[in-house]
Amino acid sequence: MVPFQLKSGKFILFSASLALLAGSSGCKPKTAGTATSGDAAQKVYVAPGEYDEFYGFVSGGFSGQLSVYGYPSGRLLKVLPVFSQNPENGWGYSEETKPMLNTSHGFVPFDDLHHVQVSQTNGESDGRWVFVNGNNTPRVARLDLTTFKTVEILELPNSAGNHSSPFITENTEYVIAGTRFSVPEDGVEYPISTYKENFKGTVSFIKVDPESGEMDIEFQLEVPALNFDLSHTGKGPSSGWFFFSTYNTEKAYTLLEVNASQNDKDFIMAVNWKKAAELAQSRKGVKKKVKYAHNKWDEETHSASSTIKTEILTLQPEVLRDIIYFIPCPKSPHGCDVDPTGEYIVGSGKLAALLPVFKFSKILEAIEKKDFEGEYDGFKVLRYESVLHGEVAKPGLGPLHTEFDDKGNAYTSFFVSSEIVKWDVKSLKILDRVPTYYSIGHLTVPGGDTKKPYGKYVIAYNKITKDRYLPTGPELTQSAQLFDISGDKMQLLLDFPVIGEPHYSQIIPASMIKDKSIKIYKIEDNKHPYAAKGENQAKVVREGKTVHVYMTMIRSHLAPDVIEGIKVGDEVYFHLTNLEQDWDIPHGFAVKGANNAELLVMPGETQTLKWVPQQVGVFPFYCTDFCSALHQEMSGYARVSPAGSNTPIKFGLGDTAPGMADD
Amino acid sequence: MVPRNRLLQITRIGTAIAGVALIFVIFLPIWRIELDAPQYPEGLAMQIYADRLAGEIDIINGLNHYIGMRTLHADDFWEFSILPYIFGGFALVGVLVAIVNRKWLFFTWAFGFLAFAVLAMIDFYKWEYEYGHNLDPKAPIQVPGMAYQPPLIGFKQLLNFGAFSIPDTGGWILTGVGVIAAGLIFLELKRKKNAPIQTI
Repeated sequence: MVPFQLKSGKFILFSASLALLAGSSGCKPKTAGTATSGDAAQKVYVAPGEYDEFYGFVSGGFSGQLSVYGYPSGRLLKVLPVFSQNPENGWGYSEETKPMLNTSHGFVPFDDLHHVQVSQTNGESDGRWVFVNGNNTPRVARLDLTTFKTVEILELPNSAGNHSSPFITENTEYVIAGTRFSVPEDGVEYPISTYKENFKGTVSFIKVDPESGEMDIEFQLEVPALNFDLSHTGKGPSSGWFFFSTYNTEKAYTLLEVNASQNDKDFIMAVNWKKAAELAQSRKGVKKKVKYAHNKWDEETHSASSTIKTEILTLQPEVLRDIIYFIPCPKSPHGCDVDPTGEYIVGSGKLAALLPVFKFSKILEAIEKKDFEGEYDGFKVLRYESVLHGEVAKPGLGPLHTEFDDKGNAYTSFFVSSEIVKWDVKSLKILDRVPTYYSIGHLTVPGGDTKKPYGKYVIAYNKITKDRYLPTGPELTQSAQLFDISGDKMQLLLDFPVIGEPHYSQIIPASMIKDKSIKIYKIEDNKHPYAAKGENQAKVVREGKTVHVYMTMIRSHLAPDVIEGIKVGDEVYFHLTNLEQDWDIPHGFAVKGANNAELLVMPGETQTLKWVPQQVGVFPFYCTDFCSALHQEMSGYARVSPAGSNTPIKFGLGDTAPGMADD
Repeated sequence: MVPRNRLLQITRIGTAIAGVALIFVIFLPIWRIELDAPQYPEGLAMQIYADRLAGEIDIINGLNHYIGMRTLHADDFWEFSILPYIFGGFALVGVLVAIVNRKWLFFTWAFGFLAFAVLAMIDFYKWEYEYGHNLDPKAPIQVPGMAYQPPLIGFKQLLNFGAFSIPDTGGWILTGVGVIAAGLIFLELKRKKNAPIQTI
C-alpha cells in the first residue's frame, strides 16, 4: 500500500482537473454585456403630453399591415390595414372596403407586406404618400398621409413574388416593382423543369400622377429569369438609373437553398430607366392581353371601386440591350443600396465574406469602353474589377441591408453574426460594430435611403426574439433596438417588440406631416349614395329581397333603433352615417349573428355592414366604440320574421318607434 | 372760453373716436364664453357677434342635450336683427355730436349709450338664466337642484366644464366707449359749474 503517493496522485489529478475547468471557463471569450449607458432612458423618454420627433412607417411583413411608430420612444401609434382584413374597423369587411382587396383571382384577404417608400421630391422624403408592396399576389398599395388610409391598390400582371418593390425614383415619377419568382407569362403553363426555356422575370414601371398620386402601369420590362431581391434609385450622378440585386443566376427551380448558391457571383442589374421610359413612350413595346385589378378609394363617397384592366405594354429583351447591364456581385446579394451622393453602390452578398462597393462613374466608363467580361442571356456583363471602388474586408457574416447617415458613414446589417457594422463609404474602413438581439434583418436610419439622411438614430429590426422580453408562449413578436449614432460609437438606447415582421421602414420628421392630419370628415362633403345626413333622413326601405337601412349615429343613440319587417334570407344593408363633427368621436356598429365584423365609422363618414339573417328572432345591434357617458344605452332591436311572412317594414326612434304612438 | 351750449374740445374728439370705434363693433366678436373640460384639451368657445353666434356651437349644442339645455340657434334671438343698427346708430350720432357741437346732443348720446349698455347686460343675464334653468325634464343627466346658468362675467364650474364668460375684442371696445362716455359726461357737468355766463 502506498497511500501517500496514491493520495498525492489523486490529489494532483483532482487539482489538475479543477485547474483545467477553471482555466477553460476563463478561456471562453466573454460575451459583450447588453447594458445600456446611464442616460439612455433620458434620450428615449418622451414625457406625457409631448410628441415624438419622428414618425416611423414600418412594414408588418406577414401581417399584411403597415405600423406607425413614434421614434425615439418606440411607441406604437397605429396599425394601418392594407392587404389584410381588419375586424377592428371593418377594413375588408364593410361593403365599401371589400373592393380594395379584389384581384384577378377574386377577393384575397391577405398579403405579405415587405417594403415601404415615402414619396420623394428631389431625392428627399416629402410626406405626400406611402407606397408598400404585396409579395404573394403581386400588388402595390398607396396610403394617404392626411387620413392614414389605404387609398389605392394596383395588381401587377405577369408577376410572382413581388419582392424588389415598391422602390421609387427620386421625384416619384415611377414606382418600380421586380419579381422574386420567375414564371411563364400570365395565361400559359409549362412543365416546371422547362424553367430555363420558358420562365421570365418582369420589372413593372408604375407611373405616379404628381397631383393625385394615382398609379398606372405604364410598361413592363421582360428580363432574364433571375430572382430580383431589392432595388434602389440612383441619385445625383446616377440619377436616371435604377439598381437591382439579383440571385439564382444558376436558374434553379428546386432546392434553391443549394442550387441557387452555387455560383461564386450573381449580379447587380443596372437599368437606365430614363431610356426605358423613352422607349416605351415611343411605342417600341409589345401589347399583351392580361387581367389585373385596379382598386381606388373615393374619399367623397367613402367607398372603393375595383376595375379589371386587360392590356399591358411590355418591352422585350431585344430592345433593352443598351438599357440593362449586369455587374458581377458576390454571392447571392440581398441589399443593393445607393449612398446619398449617388456615386457608391453597395451589394450585400448573403453568403459573401466581403462587401463590394461599386463606383457609378466607373460603371459609366466601363459601358463606354465596352469593358465587358462576358454576356448573360444576351445582356452585357461589366468587368468586376473595372467597376469596383473597393471591398470592405471581413465585415461580418451574412450582410443584408445598408443605410447611410449624414456624415458619409454606412451601416450594414449582418444576419448571421447578428450585428450592425458602421464603416466609412469612401475609405471602406470599419469604424464600429454593435450586437443586435437577435439576428438583425433590416435597419433604418431616418432618411437613410434618401439624398439627405437625417442621421441621429439607427433602428435594427430583428428576426429572432427568444429571451428579450417576458415570454408569451412559442409564438413571439419580432424584436427591435434603437441606437444613438450621433457620436463616433453606436449606443444602444431602447429595445422594443414590433407587430408582424418588419422588413423595411421609412422614418420622417413628425413636423413634415403632423399638422396635415385631418380630424373629421365634413358631413356636407359626404356624397355616399346611402348617407343619411340628419336624423330626419333615417329610414328603412325594402327593394324585393334587399333591405336598406339608412341609420344615423350620434351621442348617444342610433336612429332608427327599432326595426320590424326584416325576413329570414333578406340581404340587409346597414348604412351607418356618423353625424358627429367633433374630434375623436367615432361610433361602432355590430349586430348579433352577422357573418361579418364590426364597423368603425368616423365623424362625417358613411359605412355599410351586410347582414343576411339566418334565423327568426329579435336581434339587438349596438354601438361598439365607447363614445359617451351613455354609450351603454346606444343600442336597438331588429325583428326578423319568417321568410315569406307579411310583417310590414316599420321603424322609428323614441316617440316614433313602432308601438309608441297608435299605429 | 367755450360757449355754454358748445362742447369742450376733448369731448368732440372723444365722441368722434367713440363713434368710429363703434363701427368696428358691428364686425368684431363682442362676448365669449370659454368651456374647459379634461376631455377637450383643444378647448371649446362660443362667441357672440352683433348679428350671429360663432365658435364650436354645434359641439356645445351636442353636449348640452345630455343635461336638457335648449340648443342655441342665432334665429332664436331677436336681438341679432337690431343690434347692428343700434351700434350703427350710436356710431353715427357720436360722430354727429363732434360735428354739430351741441351739448344737448352729446348728453342724449352719452346717457343713451350708458342706458343701452345696462339694458344689454340685463337682457344677456335673462337669456343666460332662461337657458340655464328651463331644462328638458326628460334629460338623461339630472342633477337635483343643479342649474347651468353661465356666469354674467367671470368663472363658474358646471359639472365637468369650467365656464369662463368674458368680453371679446368688440366687448372691450364697447367698455372703452362706455368709459369715455362716462368720463366726458363728468367733465361736461363739472365745467358747467365753472363756466362764466357768456353774453353775446
